Amino acid sequence: MQEHEADATQASPAREVGDFLRRRREQVAQRWADEPLFRTVFTVSRDEAVDAGRVIVDALAQVADAQRIEDPDAAGFTGVREQLARMGAARSRAGLSTTQVSSELAALLPPVENLLVADLAQEDPERRRECATALSVLMGTLRLVTMQTALSENQALIDRQRLQLLEVATPVIKLWDGIVAVPLIGTLDSARSQVVMETLLNAVVDQHARFAILDITGVPTVDSLVAQHLMKTVAAARLMGAECVVSGIRPAIAQTIVHLGLDLGTVKTRASLADALGYCLHELGANIVNAPAEGAVRR
Amino acid sequence: MSEHYARPVAGHVPVLRLGDVLLVTLQGDLHDGMASQLQQDLAETIAASRVTGVVIDISGVEIVDSFLGRVLAETAAQTELLAARTVVAGMRPAVAITLVELGLTFPELRTALNTEAALALLAQPVVANRPDGEGRP
Amino acid sequence: MDTAADVEARLPIRSDMDLAWVRQHVRQAATRVGFGLVDQTKLVTAASELARNTLVHGGGGVLETSRVTAADGTAGLRLTFSDEGPGIPDLERALSDGYTSGDGLGMGLGGSRRLVHDFEVDSTPGAGTTVRVTSWVSRPVRPRGGA
Repeated sequence: MQEHEADATQASPAREVGDFLRRRREQVAQRWADEPLFRTVFTVSRDEAVDAGRVIVDALAQVADAQRIEDPDAAGFTGVREQLARMGAARSRAGLSTTQVSSELAALLPPVENLLVADLAQEDPERRRECATALSVLMGTLRLVTMQTALSENQALIDRQRLQLLEVATPVIKLWDGIVAVPLIGTLDSARSQVVMETLLNAVVDQHARFAILDITGVPTVDSLVAQHLMKTVAAARLMGAECVVSGIRPAIAQTIVHLGLDLGTVKTRASLADALGYCLHELGANIVNAPAEGAVRR
Repeated sequence: MSEHYARPVAGHVPVLRLGDVLLVTLQGDLHDGMASQLQQDLAETIAASRVTGVVIDISGVEIVDSFLGRVLAETAAQTELLAARTVVAGMRPAVAITLVELGLTFPELRTALNTEAALALLAQPVVANRPDGEGRP
Repeated sequence: MDTAADVEARLPIRSDMDLAWVRQHVRQAATRVGFGLVDQTKLVTAASELARNTLVHGGGGVLETSRVTAADGTAGLRLTFSDEGPGIPDLERALSDGYTSGDGLGMGLGGSRRLVHDFEVDSTPGAGTTVRVTSWVSRPVRPRGGA
């Protein structure tokens, strides 16, 4: 035990910081509770902020004990990742930029550092500097972990929204018994084309549709990739026993298609959605006949 | 939860006769030998009887790779030579997307949404159902 | 096949029947990793093509499946087919569409490449071939050059 004590004085700066954090857990948590980052996120009560502070101090102490102050993947951070993400997200929602959140996190260092320096006043200056450096590295890592977590949360949110948008932007309309249509609006990229293809083919099955119309009136440009996707959709529909008609090819797009030398070869096209519907109805054996114009006089 | 593999059963795919039409229903995972066997069985049955059409219902098939795809296409071409028509019915969307991505669009293959539509297609006169309006070479 | 229920497995490819096992295992593994129906179907089909290549051209071999995680946390499934067959003399040509050295439609390698995200072939003439393919959950397939 005696020997162990002697060893402790030689402990690495990281461990020293760990010991300090455990010893001063309460004071650190109290000081942090007054910092903007905690004050603004935990608005219910000051106790709530102090509680949150304690949890983070514990995590930091654990990381320091493990001598992994530079490692954002240190096991000690695992338990607080979610809380850090919530704090970061709350500040972002409040309209702070990433840089501002980052500087709020940086502001957590000085109060702890002052405590540490005061605690180690008796120590040799060299030792004190080492410990202060270790603490500042540890706090830097905490900042990194928070930013990382917040950014990945944001990315997940963006991904979710993008997917929702894709689905919302691809309505399938039943035009007639056995005829479905997808009016496409906006730019078609690879991901969206994929969703369109799946949505349309599923509708073909669900609605027992013999005909599927892809209306591209609202698509600003068609490049070779989009044309390729259109052809794939047509080919897949055909394998399933349905016929796919592409309508709404505007003159500008028709020009591009010719200009790019794209071969829409096997794809059945019609100028407008109405023409496409007319074609499908005719194929189904239903014929549309215009009623005689009113007031027309035969001579 | 059953985690056991269903051992594919070797042997013949049952072929049902409905008047002038042969109805074949493929289910689950068809192993290569069985698919080849089917191709042969169908040729023999058509040659021996006077059927005018074959419907291959693949709505229960979860994947069609290039081998099974080739068997289907060859079966269709072969029945054509024997003066009968083949319709492949009920291909699932995921299977269709995958085949197209694989580069297999089988433009010569007659297809239908389901068995009912396939039978209706076979009931039509021969000329009326060319999918792309072009003659077969 | 006690590991059948898991994603990680090592399956022999020695016969027709083994191809069916490969398809079933890859289907289960893809479901477990979290792939949607269309992506599952693409993966199973690619596995079927590649396993048949291993059987027909490589004289049999093994498939190893493993769960992988990308740097950004995306989950994926990796399939590694290896054989000790004669190898592929002209890889570039083998990857082009329509190329075939056996039966089938010549869609084996080139076709299955379009069904997965990452595709690597390592072949030494006389010493065998290893094909490693990886797909990632809900990441749209990037347009591929020449596809």
